[in-house]
Amino acid sequence: MSPLLRALPALTLLAMLGPVAAGLWGALLPAFGHLPAAGFTGPSLVAWQNLLAWPGIRAATALSLGTGLLTTLASLLIVTLITAGWWGTRSFRALERLLSPLLSVPHAAAAFGLAFLIMPSGWLVRAVSPWLTGWERPPDILVVGDPWGLSMTAGLIAKETPFLLLMTLAALGQVNATRSMAVARSMGYGRVAAWLKAVFPAIYAQIRLPVYVVLAYSMSVVDVALILGPSTPATLSAQIVRWMSDPDLSMRLVASAGAILQLGLVVGALAAWRLGELAVAWWGCGWASGGGRGRSLDATRPVALGLAALSAFAILAGLLALTLWSFAGLWRFPDLWPDGLTLRSWMRHARGLNDALADTVLVALTATALAMVLTIGCLQSEFRSGRAMGRYGLWLLYLPLIVPQTAFLPGLQTLLLRVGADKGVMPVIAAHLVFVLPYVFLSLGDPWRAWDRRQATVGAALGATPTRVLLAIRLPMLLRPLLVAAAVGVSVSVGQYLPTLLIGGGRVATLTTEAVALASGGDRRAIGVFGLSQTLAALLPFALATLLPLVIWRNRRGLHG
Amino acid sequence: MADGLHLDDITIGKDDETLIAIDARVAPGQVLSIMGPSGVGKSTLLAFLTGTLPPAFDATGHVRLDGRDLTGLPPEKRNLGILFQDDLLFPHLSVAGNLGFGLRGGSRAGRHAQVAAALDEVGLAGFGPRDPATLSGGQRARIALMRMLLARPDALLLDEAFSRLDSARRQATRRMVFDTARARGLPVVMVTHDPADAEAAQGPVIRLGDADPLRSNPT
Repeated sequence: MSPLLRALPALTLLAMLGPVAAGLWGALLPAFGHLPAAGFTGPSLVAWQNLLAWPGIRAATALSLGTGLLTTLASLLIVTLITAGWWGTRSFRALERLLSPLLSVPHAAAAFGLAFLIMPSGWLVRAVSPWLTGWERPPDILVVGDPWGLSMTAGLIAKETPFLLLMTLAALGQVNATRSMAVARSMGYGRVAAWLKAVFPAIYAQIRLPVYVVLAYSMSVVDVALILGPSTPATLSAQIVRWMSDPDLSMRLVASAGAILQLGLVVGALAAWRLGELAVAWWGCGWASGGGRGRSLDATRPVALGLAALSAFAILAGLLALTLWSFAGLWRFPDLWPDGLTLRSWMRHARGLNDALADTVLVALTATALAMVLTIGCLQSEFRSGRAMGRYGLWLLYLPLIVPQTAFLPGLQTLLLRVGADKGVMPVIAAHLVFVLPYVFLSLGDPWRAWDRRQATVGAALGATPTRVLLAIRLPMLLRPLLVAAAVGVSVSVGQYLPTLLIGGGRVATLTTEAVALASGGDRRAIGVFGLSQTLAALLPFALATLLPLVIWRNRRGLHG
Repeated sequence: MADGLHLDDITIGKDDETLIAIDARVAPGQVLSIMGPSGVGKSTLLAFLTGTLPPAFDATGHVRLDGRDLTGLPPEKRNLGILFQDDLLFPHLSVAGNLGFGLRGGSRAGRHAQVAAALDEVGLAGFGPRDPATLSGGQRARIALMRMLLARPDALLLDEAFSRLDSARRQATRRMVFDTARARGLPVVMVTHDPADAEAAQGPVIRLGDADPLRSNPT
């Protein structure tokens, strides 16, 4: 094994965790009043005093905890009930096929879509106006941006449900659900009770880290908060970003203190969730061994199906609304459809779209290519050394997804500013890599390890070196999972908002930053154009990942499992 | 110097427990059968011979082939052909691509001719451009055998190589492998759980793990 291959796992960890650690360090110093570049030398508590003096601090803290816990609970509940009630049925497979592509829809696009549905002049109100409501003008009610963050939570639930469902499906591969279900149901347990008592504990053990990701993410998300969340006061993370962009450099101290607070809130919520897990496990063991057949629980089946379908509908109908608005001519309230369709909006934004697309593609492809090389290198090094990544390795992979973006990206920006590396596209690519790498690794890891290693033995027996085995046997055989992992990488990068905004210093404009920047303006046609483009940029790689292997291996039946 | 395959005082263990202890010599053209129920580490022995033993195992002893010590060599330098119970044809390559994979050097035309001759030899002339997944089990087994032989191995290892074939195919394939080994003077180590395999091999038989893995004496 070459020294380079041996060093790759360490290099990968550095690329993934280095920016996180540096960013946290870079936030810690200013949070305690130390930012020499702006003329502040600490330590002092001035940043914390200013943070606590901000009138929105209580509401922002409550919002972060509320949206995070509610989103996680609700999406976990929907996913658990839908799998418990419907796994193995035709409806479940239909839902699975419907939800899988929705996973790659960027958060911002899904949030815009939902806004287009539920706002007072949105599709839902139009559908019942004026014949039912009598409204000739949009009613004056605050739906999008409500102070309790409910519409924001709804958007997050719709987006996290497909994520947790897919993670559950992946976990089902490791758990023998069919047999456990058969045993439990033969004893007279209802479908839902059998699942909850016999299968769910094993599933949850597998999806625990993704659940933590959902909790941390929905507590600290910025783009969805800017689109669907309240503005006065904003959520804590949105406010941190606002402080970061304040021309008054002393606000960076407050932003840094906010970043540390956000981290503390997430750590606290994770700890509380863990305690909740223990309590549920303790109670659940008694419940499961209590012998109650729980057949009445099957009454939740239609509810679960309805909720899962609703979450799919929210995103699909939202995307349709985005599409329609991007082509809409005149579209008056309360008309359900626009008067006509036109390309005018697309033409008007063609230039901006082109520039944003160029940056998006450059960042996404470079970050994904780097992530693929590092991931394949790590997996190959693992394969060659025969030492598998342990439980801690998995935790390290999930760490950049669990540490909130608003906790370390502000500090990272401050550090980059200090060393004068805050310009250009390279730092943005490095910041994207932090999030692209874990997802690429998680996507490729299982199929890579499931590959029959006897193929390598056969290759070696035929005289092929390990490099030739990799290039001529393993990579071609794994073409499909490789392309899927690359598509995951691209769609993760396309969807990133904060790393582009903060690390790019406004000089790197992607489809996502452009789309989110339109949120406050309310130009629905422009939002439609950018939101739809963003979605297509994230979805197209998946279409390619599905189609290319079919074309390239069209004469190779053995590769189409 | 063709004095066969020597397995000199090989012991393989894991977590301070010895799984396999073996000391044997396989003459050119001879077939050594390693018998035993599944799970006694028959395939582990072959992994040691091919140099693909996972690091969790501790192994001592030496493998020598025609006077060459293979023990420390990387798998691709050992020149040992191996057949598994699955044919393991590379699914992304054509039949000809699979056969060509193990050929060493030679001109394009020469390689083509060798592949064509190999296909002819096993009664599959004209199958070169085919997708291996469209072949029958018996056809695939023959291609896997020819692929191994075209790489000109110095010895053959068989890991339950016939157990997936139906009984008619099994006899024919077995005979073809043993005849080829004899004709080319290749020592063969065959791991199997089927007494009929060992019988057909007409060579020495070692039983592993009947009662105690430590008492695995050659018969």
